[in-house]
Amino acid sequence: MTAIVINIALMLIGTAAFIGLLRFVKGPTAADRAVASDTLSVIGIAGLVLLAYVFRRYIYTDLALVYAVLGFIGIIVIARFIERAL
Amino acid sequence: MTSTSYHSPPLVHYLYTFILVWILWYAFTTSLDPAELIVGAVIAAVISFITVRYFECCDPILLAPQHLLYFIQYFFVFLGALIKANFDVARRVINPKLPINPGIVKFESKLNNRFAKMVLANSITLTPGTLTVDVKGSTFYIHWIDVKGGDPETAYKEIAEPFERILLKIYG
Amino acid sequence: METVLLILHYAGLFLILLGSVFLFLGALGIYRMPDLYNRLQAGTKASTLGAMSTILGVGLIQPSWFIKLFIIVIFIALANPLSSHALARASYKAGVKPIITSDTDEYAAVADEAGKPKTEKNTQTL
Repeated sequence: MTAIVINIALMLIGTAAFIGLLRFVKGPTAADRAVASDTLSVIGIAGLVLLAYVFRRYIYTDLALVYAVLGFIGIIVIARFIERAL
Repeated sequence: MTSTSYHSPPLVHYLYTFILVWILWYAFTTSLDPAELIVGAVIAAVISFITVRYFECCDPILLAPQHLLYFIQYFFVFLGALIKANFDVARRVINPKLPINPGIVKFESKLNNRFAKMVLANSITLTPGTLTVDVKGSTFYIHWIDVKGGDPETAYKEIAEPFERILLKIYG
Repeated sequence: METVLLILHYAGLFLILLGSVFLFLGALGIYRMPDLYNRLQAGTKASTLGAMSTILGVGLIQPSWFIKLFIIVIFIALANPLSSHALARASYKAGVKPIITSDTDEYAAVADEAGKPKTEKNTQTL
């Protein structure tokens, strides 16, 4: 039961990351790519936490927290960069 | 902006920065070991000393008991709206015809406190079909995925009223 | 005690499944929506609740991790709408036009007044 649900969840998250990546490749503007990368980073955080449970490694949740903070700061920086008309 | 920012002592700003940084330290370590907490407090004090001059947004108020009740009420209103928003997004995304009718509307908020305006803007972003594009003074510009009426009164009623009613009781 | 843990376990599994479905729908929204602002709408809402629900689900299954995971959840709930708001404003000012089908674009006047240089250049692909 547990293994089946976790497997389904991992597959869904993996597919979600792939679809997000397609939008990231397609663009068409830099801002569209920033939107895709914002969503991708949140999907990645959820995936990291789920993998931390699968491998029973508490340390991976630290990675998820750091990734959340850095992803947020990165998106803010990119937004400022776009706002100043590239 | 608000008159409170001139009267509130800078000590309060130090305190808020210090508490925020200390909570962040606890988030990274998650241990209640005294040594960790003392090191965290020292580092938080140094950081709040350096960065307090950038503290210019948000005048948060100290909570009174009745405010806590309103915050709990706000939390549940917000949670309901968030869940509704997700089913709304799911409905629109799965539908092959993509039923959207987007536009950007504006409305005037009655809130004065900047922190309250930030909470309202964030809540609007996470509720069904709306996204805050910009806030200028007390005018909110909202991207609406399914516009039900372009004038500010309709927009205010449809988008902001359930949240602002509670926020006005706390900050009004 | 055992039964409580078991109930938490199944509640956690349900939350994980629900969250991953929403994450998937959010990514689908990012792909299918026609312009940047609609993409932000779908992406932000679905990925915020999806990630929050997945992470809380893991926290219910592993109660000893709960505090750290709860902090991550709070951070996502605060930071995600902020970053989408920053992106929306930045791309409007950089000249990415929204698709408007309802004849209301109140923000266009404000953005024009602020003066957006080099509009033509920015709408093109990099």
